[in-house]
Amino acid sequence: MIQPVLTLDTYGLLCPVPIMKTAAAIKEISAGEVLEVLADDPQILEDMPAWCASNGHALLDTIEEDEEFRLYVRRVK
Amino acid sequence: MSKPVKAVGLLSGGLDSTIAAAMLMRQGIEIQGLTFYTGFCVVEHNRRSKTRKRKKPVRNEALQAGARLDLPVEMIDISGPDYLKVLTDPKYGYGKTVNPCIDCRIFMFRRARQYMDEIGAQFMFTGEVLGQRPMSQRRQPMNVIDRDAELDGLLLRPLSAKRLPPTVAEEKGWVDREKLGDIQGRSRQKQMELAEEYGIEDYPSPAGGCCYLTDANFGRRILDFFEYEGKENLTMDDVMLLKIGRHFRVKPDVKVVMGREEGENKFLERYAPGRWRLETKDVTGPTTLVEGHPTDDDLRQIAGMTVRYAGSKADPGTPVACRYEETERILEPAPVEEAVVEEWRI
Ligand code: SF4
Repeated sequence: MIQPVLTLDTYGLLCPVPIMKTAAAIKEISAGEVLEVLADDPQILEDMPAWCASNGHALLDTIEEDEEFRLYVRRVK
Repeated sequence: MSKPVKAVGLLSGGLDSTIAAAMLMRQGIEIQGLTFYTGFCVVEHNRRSKTRKRKKPVRNEALQAGARLDLPVEMIDISGPDYLKVLTDPKYGYGKTVNPCIDCRIFMFRRARQYMDEIGAQFMFTGEVLGQRPMSQRRQPMNVIDRDAELDGLLLRPLSAKRLPPTVAEEKGWVDREKLGDIQGRSRQKQMELAEEYGIEDYPSPAGGCCYLTDANFGRRILDFFEYEGKENLTMDDVMLLKIGRHFRVKPDVKVVMGREEGENKFLERYAPGRWRLETKDVTGPTTLVEGHPTDDDLRQIAGMTVRYAGSKADPGTPVACRYEETERILEPAPVEEAVVEEWRI
């Protein structure tokens, strides 16, 4: 079970805004901890993996339910 | 070993900025990518408005470039009143439409310089090519931009570096000028060769118009807003609406925004509070928002126009629901002549 320490709700927002919010939220948690991002813009399925890859964080899982998404990002550094 | 020199790179995600980054990485420079969110990005907006089921995913190219080159990318939100001032009162005027490119660059570069200092980077760079764009990438405007953004020689343009005076990065020996580019003009040949040399594949085609401010239709709408509503009143909400649908100026104080497809209609619904909202009853048609103070007569004509754009399924006389907050009226409008519609079109 992934245990996020913080949840970021980006419902209604469109990328890149959720990504900018993720970037800010990840600074609130420590290395090793997990951030949960709630989103409904499918674009996040493209942008989050790219953001994680470029910024060196780990995208642990993406769960899709009724066109809504929950993404789990582990802060690596 | 001494600490690597660090540079902030303004990444659009296009081929030029990707190559510029790769060129410096090969010289051992540590790069922090930076991209700005202005609120005027066409790609972002198209996703916002169009129906969500689309075949080809749209990508944020700056993030993709970061992932491709394995370098971090920071995205800074500059949308808001300060950036809008760049649009409404540009010191250096507009390009072909309402694109205040010189002022916009100054604004971005200033912010980038600040970011550079925040993260302790030594210099910054862009993928700009001398002579590639008419407004901001000629020698003289480049000098103006560098001066007004107070860059103090800290901006390197690796692709054209040999054609430009040496910058601090070259003078201090952080980068080897000999290994930088001498590209000039609009041809992309040299960039393609470098892409191959650096093993960069899968880059976006040079799209050009990725910014709404260079779009002629959008330009007309902005100028209409400036004329009838006053440029000092422009907000980001207005900008969102200006980017979407069909626009008609019915009277100086009555403007109509009409969705062109389901995605736009949905998007417009969010802006209904405080505006009249018209929709055909029983048959599908556009969502029409009315800004300003329409009279009964105006509403009737706008209802007629709504039926007109509902397509073949709507007969003339199709009822139209007109709602304002809690009030609802049903109108059965007469058809509106094409010539009238054209006269109103912004
Ligand atoms: S095209 Fe748009 S984003 Fe680019 S410099 Fe001009 S105004 Fe700024």
